[in-house]
Amino acid sequence: MTAAYTSDEMMTVAAARQLHNGTVCFVGIGLPSTAATLARVTSAPDVVLIYESGTLGAKPARLPLSIGDGILAETADAVVSVPEVFNYWLQPGRIDVGFLSAAQIDRYANINTTVIGSDYRHPKVRLPGAGGAPEIAASCREVVVVLRQTLRTFVDRVDFITSVGFGQGPGDRQRLGLSGSGPRVVITDFGILTPDPETCELTLVSVHNGSTAEDARAATGWPLAVSPDLATTDPPTEEELTVLRRLEATQGA
Amino acid sequence: MAEIVSLSDGIAAVVHDGDTLVMEGFTHLIPFAAGHEIIRQGRRDLTLVRMTPDLIYDQLIGMGCASKLIFSWGGNPGVGSLHRFRDAVENAWPLPIDLEEHSHAGMANRYLAGASGLPFAVLRGYVGTDLVAQTDTIRSITCPFTGEVLTAVPALSPDVTIIHAQRADRKGNVQMWGILGVQKEAVLAAKRSLITVEEIVDSLDPQPQEVVLPSFATTYVAVAPGGAHPSYAQGYSLRDNAFYTEWDAISKDRDTFLRWMDENVMRRAPAA
Repeated sequence: MTAAYTSDEMMTVAAARQLHNGTVCFVGIGLPSTAATLARVTSAPDVVLIYESGTLGAKPARLPLSIGDGILAETADAVVSVPEVFNYWLQPGRIDVGFLSAAQIDRYANINTTVIGSDYRHPKVRLPGAGGAPEIAASCREVVVVLRQTLRTFVDRVDFITSVGFGQGPGDRQRLGLSGSGPRVVITDFGILTPDPETCELTLVSVHNGSTAEDARAATGWPLAVSPDLATTDPPTEEELTVLRRLEATQGA
Repeated sequence: MAEIVSLSDGIAAVVHDGDTLVMEGFTHLIPFAAGHEIIRQGRRDLTLVRMTPDLIYDQLIGMGCASKLIFSWGGNPGVGSLHRFRDAVENAWPLPIDLEEHSHAGMANRYLAGASGLPFAVLRGYVGTDLVAQTDTIRSITCPFTGEVLTAVPALSPDVTIIHAQRADRKGNVQMWGILGVQKEAVLAAKRSLITVEEIVDSLDPQPQEVVLPSFATTYVAVAPGGAHPSYAQGYSLRDNAFYTEWDAISKDRDTFLRWMDENVMRRAPAA
C-alpha cells in the first residue's frame, strides 16, 4: 500500500531518481532545484550539485528559495565567481547533467523561457529569459528537463528557442557544434519522455500511476508518439514522500 | 585611492542622467540601499545593466529611472515574475524600455572583457538559439589558429558600477566573501565605482575565500549598514526570503507598488 500523493510530487520524485551518486549536476532554478535537493537527501548523497551562483558541491539540507541562498555557499566544496563557473566548469564539458525546467518545450525538446507570443518586441507574456540555460543545454554531457505537461507548455513549435534541444531534428546538434548530447529525458506530471534514437522526437515511455497515454496525448500540442513498451512509473516511496514534504514545508526558511 | 563618502554624496557623484549603470550582486550582496538613493535622487534615462535584474531593478524600472535594460534573467528567484519589468516590456509602463538580452555566460564574459581592457570576449554560446537574431551584440568570430567559428560578445564598460560588500578599512580597501558573482569584474570594467559596505573597520581580518578590492582600484566607498536588504550579506544578515515572496503582491499592482515605494523609499532618509 502506498500513501496518496499528487502528480507534482510524483514528477519531482521521478526527476530526483535521474540523479545518482557521483553524477556532477548543474542545477537550474525551480523544479530542478527541488528534485536535486531531494535526490541528495535521499538516494544520492554523493551527487555533486553545481549552481550558477558559483557554488560547487553544495549540500543543502533544506530547499533554497533561490540558487544563491546562503546555505549553498556555506555547504559548498568551493565557491567560485560566475565567469569561472561558466568558463572553467561548464564550457569545457566537465558537467554530466544539466537539470532544467521550461515554460514551453517542443517535440524536439527545444526550450523556451523568453517570451510567449510570436513578436519578441511585443510579447504576450514576458518570461524571465535565458539565465544559464542556453550554455547548460549546449555543454553538459546530457540534459534532464522537468516541467508540467499542458497544451500551453507542450507546443508544436516553441515561440522562442532559448535553449536548443535537438533543433529541427536528427543531426542538428552536430551541425551547430554543440558538444553535449542533448536532452536525455523529460519528466512531467503525466509521465516520462525520451527522444527517439532515430527521429529525436520526444516519445512517451512511462506513465505515472493513475495517468494514461491518452491523458498525456491530450496535454500535448502535437501527435505524441507513445512507446510500444510503455511502462508505469514506480510510485513514490514512503521515504521519498516524507522527505519531499519536509523539504517543501521549509523552503527558503 | 577610494574616497570614503556618505551614501547620498557618493550616488550624486557617480550616477548621472543617461549613464550606463551596473549594480551587481548574485542573490547575495545586492546594493539595495544605493538603488533606493538613486530613485530618491530622481535619476532618469539610465541604461541598467545586471545579469539578474532582481527586485532592485524592478523598483528602478517601475519608478521610471530606466530607458534600457541589458540583462540575462529577469525573474523573482523562486517566486515568479518581476511585475514592474513585465509591465514596462508588455505595456510600456511607466515608460517603454529597450532590451538587450543575453545569457549568463555571455554577460559574465562581457564583464570579463571589460575588466581585462579587451574590446570583446570569446565563448561557446548562443548557437542555435533565437537570441542571436534579436541581440545585435551577439556575433560570430573565426579562431585564427584552428578556423573554428565561435561566439563573440562586446566588452561591458559601464560609466559606473555600484556593489555592496561586507566591509572596508579606513584607506578604502574593500573586503567581501561568500557568493561573489561577477562583482569584481563589474567594478574593474567601470569608469567610476561606488562600493557600499556594512561597516568600516581598522583592519581587514582574513576571511575564507575572500576577495579584496584594493583602494586604488575603486572611486568611492560609503557605509550603508543593512544596505543589501532584502538580499543578504554573509556574516552580517540572512536573505529575507519572506520579503521576496511578499514583493510579488506589492509589485503586481501599479498603485500598490507606488504606495510602497513612497512609504519605504521616497520618505526614508538615506543612511548617514
